[in-house]
Amino acid sequence: MKPIIKVQNLSKQYRLGTIGTGTLRNDFKRWMYEIRGKEDPFLKIGEANDRSIKGSSEYVWALRDINFEVMAGEVLGVIGKNGAGKSTLLKILSKVTGPTNGRIDYDGRIGSLLEVGTGFHPELTGRENIFLNGAILGMTKAEIRSKLDEIIDFSGCERYIDTPVKRYSSGMTVRLGFAVAAHLEPEILVVDEVLAVGDAEFQKKAIGKMQDVSRNDGRTVLFVSHNMSAIESLCSRVLVLKNGTTYFTGSVQDGLKKYLAADELPVNGLIIDAQTYSHPHIRINSIAVNGSAGNQLLLADNFLQVDVSGEIQVSEQIALEVRFFDKHERQVAFYSPGHYYGTTRLYEKGAFQMRETITLPEGLTSGEFYLTFDFALPNIQIWASYPKALQINTKGIISKTGREFVYETEGLIFLK
Amino acid sequence: MSTQSTEYANSILPKDSLFDLRLQEIWRYRDLLMLFVRRDFVAKYKQTVLGPLWFLIQPMFQTAVLAIVFGGMAKLSTDGVPPILFYLAGVTAWNYFANCLKTTSTTFTANATLFGKVYFPRAVTPLSIIISNLIQFGIGLFLFLFIYAYYALTGYDLKPTSALLLLPLLIVLMGFMGLGLGMLVSAMTVKYRDLQYLVDFGVQLLMYATPVILPLSAVPDKYKPIMLANPMSGIIETFKYGFFGTGTLSWELLAYSTLFTLLAFLIGLVVFNKTEKNFMDTV
Repeated sequence: MKPIIKVQNLSKQYRLGTIGTGTLRNDFKRWMYEIRGKEDPFLKIGEANDRSIKGSSEYVWALRDINFEVMAGEVLGVIGKNGAGKSTLLKILSKVTGPTNGRIDYDGRIGSLLEVGTGFHPELTGRENIFLNGAILGMTKAEIRSKLDEIIDFSGCERYIDTPVKRYSSGMTVRLGFAVAAHLEPEILVVDEVLAVGDAEFQKKAIGKMQDVSRNDGRTVLFVSHNMSAIESLCSRVLVLKNGTTYFTGSVQDGLKKYLAADELPVNGLIIDAQTYSHPHIRINSIAVNGSAGNQLLLADNFLQVDVSGEIQVSEQIALEVRFFDKHERQVAFYSPGHYYGTTRLYEKGAFQMRETITLPEGLTSGEFYLTFDFALPNIQIWASYPKALQINTKGIISKTGREFVYETEGLIFLK
Repeated sequence: MSTQSTEYANSILPKDSLFDLRLQEIWRYRDLLMLFVRRDFVAKYKQTVLGPLWFLIQPMFQTAVLAIVFGGMAKLSTDGVPPILFYLAGVTAWNYFANCLKTTSTTFTANATLFGKVYFPRAVTPLSIIISNLIQFGIGLFLFLFIYAYYALTGYDLKPTSALLLLPLLIVLMGFMGLGLGMLVSAMTVKYRDLQYLVDFGVQLLMYATPVILPLSAVPDKYKPIMLANPMSGIIETFKYGFFGTGTLSWELLAYSTLFTLLAFLIGLVVFNKTEKNFMDTV
């Protein structure tokens, strides 16, 4: 069977920095090359898009040589970390921006839903906005009119339908926007994380509607989300993007595994490498856990001893906060003596040493956790932050029957 | 994998053909066009007391000021036409062109958030602006006709000519000239905002190089070439000739305006279509 969408060698290059006089010069150079019938000189350069590494080139590839196919009626999930190129891909698919290289071929119409309530005018009433928004999304007036009652009913805003949208609560605006979008009928629907809005009840309704669209109407859906449970329940296949390239395509189960694995910390890194913020008054020279400064730790003991050394320029109160996250970015535990006891230790100006011991519960199951270190005066001031700085693998407990208790299936703590 | 996939109905490519004007696509979105017009019109006077009356107040005051300064104080020639009527005719026509140009020239920058989220043929937006302005012009024209009738009934000798039949053409020319130039400017302001400022005061200055205030016959020979080079001159002059029978009806001038409009519109549309593809990256 012929795929409904075929993406070949799709690439998108972006220029970093500001647009100024240099742009004019480069534009001119580009134009001269074009006149002489040569290849654009700036397409030869450019780097893979890794946000965290400072690059030397002004040009980056947000997407590079992406190839994939989607069959009619399939729901393809697109996942990847921030900056992996998901939104760029969706933007190209929905024709908001053009590709730099490569091509996409498809049959039918592509309807895109990168945002709900696009083009709502606050002065117009809900009803007027349904027409406006619907037309922006590609529906004709007649189509909208025939579905008007359904849309109003789905939005649950019947009472306010003749009130200007500026008087709506933000939730109502979103509901109305999604209601219009849900009644779009293109052969291919491209959806960005619009389900992340609204209350739980509405999210459920929205996911239900999406399932409806693909299963009952047989339409093709490309769905981007960070919500793994939504991906699992909706998609039949996933595309995992990493730094602008295809990392994996295939079944949802395998894709999710790859995606989560792609999240692992760099090998041979240090805990302090993860620093994202540091107050000018403080400098932290080393952080070690159980004697190791590395960012991966196979935990054999039932405690974590954190040793910190650094310097402060004025006397300050500093408390350590450690947050434990699982692979799904859910926080599972929190260590913060500053919060717990309501007092923090005052460190004198100059070099300081900090040692804190975190006792782990006896029934801790085995699993992989990510630790975030923060130095703060609780509720007042953050001195330094190290998000997801250390990966620990807990050894867990093995029962008398020989069974191992694992976080993923048994939860964090096994009770006696 | 073949690079030529002719078996597909649609393709997204890095570059589209330069001269694919995609007029059918715009036609398919005609409902959106009309909804935009409605939105602009309704939103403009919501929560105002006077509502659409504002469309009349502005040209009335503008005319009054011109009549006092240029007609009353400077005593410039109006070819024997009552100053109020003479200036109102010029202002009504000129404002249509000026508004079309000014509003369309901000299409990309003003709609960046909307354009960044959803695709529709971008040319729908400037077209809707032209139509909104046409409605505004219609109201202005109504005011003009009303005052015209008043003067005619109170015994002024106004000699409407058969050139009045050209009125629809004049309106189309003004609209499309504003549209073409506006689209060209809007495409260029995506990257270089400098042009935006140029248009803002340029339009104001250009009015003085158009026979809005001075009839063509009263312009000193030294400055005449400037006025003749202005493609709007022929249109405004013909507009006045049609209603008052004074001034000049020059077919050459009108042909020049028509040619200029056609060229401006075509170039504008081509550049606009070329820009819409990637403007989100630079706007």
